Amino acid sequence: MTPDRLQIARIKQILFVCALIPFLRLLGFALTDRLGANPLEFISRNTGDWTLYFLSITLAITPLRRLLHVGWIVQLRRMLGLFGFFYASLHFLTFLWFDHFFDLEEMWKDVLKRPFITVGFAAFVCLLPLALTSTNRMMKRLGRHWQRVHRLIYGILPLGVLHYYWMKAGKHDLSQPLLFALLIAVLLSLRLWWRWSGRRAASAVS
Amino acid sequence: QKLAAAMNPAYALMEKKTAYKDATTYNNFYEFGTDKADPAQTAGSLKTRPWTITIDGEVKKPLTLDLDALLKLAPLEERIYRLRCVEGWSMVIPWIGYSLSALLKKIEPTGSARYVEFTTLDDKKQMPGLHSPVLDWPYVEGLRLDEANHPLTLLTLGMYGEVLPNQNGAPVRITVPWKYGFKSAKSIVRIRLTRDQPRTAWNNAAPHEYGFYSNVNPQVDHPRWSQASERRIGEDGLFTRKRKTLMFNGYSEVASLYSGMDLKKFF
Repeated sequence: MTPDRLQIARIKQILFVCALIPFLRLLGFALTDRLGANPLEFISRNTGDWTLYFLSITLAITPLRRLLHVGWIVQLRRMLGLFGFFYASLHFLTFLWFDHFFDLEEMWKDVLKRPFITVGFAAFVCLLPLALTSTNRMMKRLGRHWQRVHRLIYGILPLGVLHYYWMKAGKHDLSQPLLFALLIAVLLSLRLWWRWSGRRAASAVS
Repeated sequence: QKLAAAMNPAYALMEKKTAYKDATTYNNFYEFGTDKADPAQTAGSLKTRPWTITIDGEVKKPLTLDLDALLKLAPLEERIYRLRCVEGWSMVIPWIGYSLSALLKKIEPTGSARYVEFTTLDDKKQMPGLHSPVLDWPYVEGLRLDEANHPLTLLTLGMYGEVLPNQNGAPVRITVPWKYGFKSAKSIVRIRLTRDQPRTAWNNAAPHEYGFYSNVNPQVDHPRWSQASERRIGEDGLFTRKRKTLMFNGYSEVASLYSGMDLKKFF
């Protein structure tokens, strides 16, 4: 039951539109004054949440295709990852614009002084090379190194979850960050398990 | 439900009041959920009548009062106070109540009373947020006795010309405008005078982040964010820079309470 090229193109189109919905919703809320009492907080939380969702789904692709034998879904991975980057960029832009009004000096102070921001910033910076090398041309050019670069995601997501954890720690409300931590721990340990048990399928590991 | 009160001209702050809608839909009241939109949605289950409040501990005349007695204990005043949340946002709210000192006079603290402890209702049936272990329930807050006796400290029974909405701490709360919002305990059932500093909820949960005093202080940052500036809800929009936070939230008359104290140490 593998979709053909045409069907995959269709699925990608639908996925693209769906992945834009959170952004369009935010935009709609902003235009109709429905961002609540604290719009900065709303946008910041919302874009942060969607970054974690998309990056987690991206990381889940490999385990899913192995466990469910749906190899073709790997063709959706790049788009999912790029949407993660898209929402991360919005998240960062919100911080830089609405929190600091592009005052880079102020922003650096924050980044250096507050571990919670340091970690989030580091995760965003590490996402940049992944986004930049996501084109077919870069894939070809980097060859075997491409995969090595893209393994950065194994570090980025834990950093992102730590950022979220520290944000929520103030509220003493850790159920959501712990859920994310658990999910990511499972996704990463599956990879380790497959690696150790040597049952590496030809197309696996990413 | 309307609540009549005369404006106290000493506290008729000339700042734009926060919209009633914002003040009643953007609340930190963990007994009703940790999201700031939660209390407005879930606080309907709180029963504010009958309600009694017990005042005891280091006092000569312990007292249990019902709401009507509390409403008649002293003339109700309207006072407009700034409210600064430890999270970096602020509001301007017209409260109704009277100085807590009026109540404290009635119960006659003993010579050894040094602190005042406030305890919030702790009833899972009325407060769904109590099921989640985010804090060590019940919510306890505290002030030094001289802070509690300061005329600014308001025993609060209403806001915006009405009785308190449930999500804002009905039927009775305190308001301590020179301290971060969480110091102002809501839905109070007990006031206890003590010799020792009370173990307060947030100080207990994260002592390095939330001090017992928690005076608004732009020079002492929260470990995770700066306290130098704040966003006034409803006024400082996305495209407005945050405004500077004032020492003691602008209530400099309280400074003498802390003369000789290192406020970086006693934050």
